[in-house]
Amino acid sequence: MAKGDLIATRDAYGKALAKYGAEYPDLVVLDADLSGSTKTGVFAKAFPERFFQMGIAEQDLMGTAAGLAAAGKIAFASTFAIFATGRAWEQIRNSIAYARFNVKVAATHAGLTVGEDGASHQANEDIALMRVIPGMTVVVPADAVETEQAVKALLDYDGPAYLRLGRSKVPVVFDDDYQFVIGKAATLRAGDDVTIIACGIMVEAALTAAEQLAMEGISARVVNMSTIKPLDEEAVLAAARETGAIVTCEEHNIIGGLGSAVAECVVRHYPVPMRFVGVKDVFGESGDPETLLKAYGLTAGDIVQAVKDVLQAK
Amino acid sequence: MQLTERAWRIREKIIQMVGAAGSGHPGGSLSATEIVTALYFHIMKHDPKNPEWPERDRFVLCKGHAAPVLYAALAEAGYFDPAELNTLRKFGSILQGHPDRKRTPGVEVSTGSLGQGLSIANGLALAAKLNGEKHRIFALLGDGEIQEGQVWEAAMTAAHRGLDNLVAYIDNNNLQIDGDVREVKGLTNIPARWEAFGWHVQEIDGHDLAAIIAATEKALAVTGQPSVIVCRTIKGKGVDFMEGQADWHGKAPNAEQLAEALRQLQRRGK
Repeated sequence: MAKGDLIATRDAYGKALAKYGAEYPDLVVLDADLSGSTKTGVFAKAFPERFFQMGIAEQDLMGTAAGLAAAGKIAFASTFAIFATGRAWEQIRNSIAYARFNVKVAATHAGLTVGEDGASHQANEDIALMRVIPGMTVVVPADAVETEQAVKALLDYDGPAYLRLGRSKVPVVFDDDYQFVIGKAATLRAGDDVTIIACGIMVEAALTAAEQLAMEGISARVVNMSTIKPLDEEAVLAAARETGAIVTCEEHNIIGGLGSAVAECVVRHYPVPMRFVGVKDVFGESGDPETLLKAYGLTAGDIVQAVKDVLQAK
Repeated sequence: MQLTERAWRIREKIIQMVGAAGSGHPGGSLSATEIVTALYFHIMKHDPKNPEWPERDRFVLCKGHAAPVLYAALAEAGYFDPAELNTLRKFGSILQGHPDRKRTPGVEVSTGSLGQGLSIANGLALAAKLNGEKHRIFALLGDGEIQEGQVWEAAMTAAHRGLDNLVAYIDNNNLQIDGDVREVKGLTNIPARWEAFGWHVQEIDGHDLAAIIAATEKALAVTGQPSVIVCRTIKGKGVDFMEGQADWHGKAPNAEQLAEALRQLQRRGK
């Protein structure tokens, strides 16, 4: 993988499962009739005896994953984000997280960039739904490189976790030597005037925005906050102290997601002005991903505007 | 100790602990007493001194609100000091209102939200098959519980996967919180429903210990198919004023009722 290559995080996920299948004999993967789309089919082909096709039954998917984990397996359960975190929320809460079973809910097709399927399939609430569950780790990789590393990190981590993946191809932003660590943010660009904290596909947009801002003489720090929970409070507070203003960017409702997590930290310890780039508490609609990101205010240009706005309040 | 005597001692403990707690679910604990007694004191391979013994059979109490019958059986078997039973539902207790595997030795999985247990039991059964392990998985469901859609998702999975290392029991006491299961949601023909989903089905008197054991042996001899044993039971069995009363689903006896219930159970246990 080279910087700039266009790879969907779901593709990187399927490949990572197959890559680590031999090294982790306890790894089992479950899917609910979407293995072609979630890319767990890649693992199924390589390790058919450790792949469980559960049919269109997301509640049973999560419960069965809990049982496999109860027997010592590392269970990755995949379907679309809306069904995983929405329909099966209580199974994740009670059967998996409350029992503290080693299940990774790895959901694809998160956010607006599902595109043409429309609002019924666009999960813009999933980070909030998973973040609120006690003991859940929540990871939103920015690209294929980080996805592969996140899969490895979650294989090594004993406990329930949510891995948020996308449908659309997105540019690789990390070099191969990038090191993902659960709970650690990565500063991708230094800056003093403001910090842009982003996750998922918005990381690339944040870097583009910082580039544009630099041309206008504004020095923006860019932080990739790929672990939403546990949040890297140190990185957030360093941003607050050293730059005095924060803009968060996420392909998710501005309620309950990355922005909320950062705000909860900032108001407790070091209040600074903030702005939130994300879906503004509305449902999405059909359209190609790029058009949707423009229509719902999730472009580099929107981040530039939010930065200028927050600097007025500084 | 005779199994019958054991069952009545477990009933006494159920009533004592629910009485001490001042809340809890006596009705569905008393109806499931023989099933749980037969499992823990005759059918299952397990070691109370080594709850994590890898070769143990696994029990999943899908109807988690019947925690008192499970706790009583675990205490009787020696998983923990029976004195703990008096801490049921109290702050800091190892005995939560619904089973919590993190707190109670011998509790395999955490349950309480109805309809989720059979899927977990399936996962345990799939793992055993994948590992080539010989232990068996036993799951106990309520009849009202099978109104939950997830139960039927799980029923399909178990049949599709041929989980013959799994035996499910339905505590068919015909009562749920709001009344008769047949009136609340037209829950009739329970055996036929499971048969249609591809399960090996038996129907027995769920208070007959010998019948439970014989049906379980028959179920374990079935290959390529999961088994369900529909157990006809009486909610509140053993305490005359609780028997057949939906009202006693989730209510503790007062001091007077507690004394009377214990008097009846002690007399029956002799």
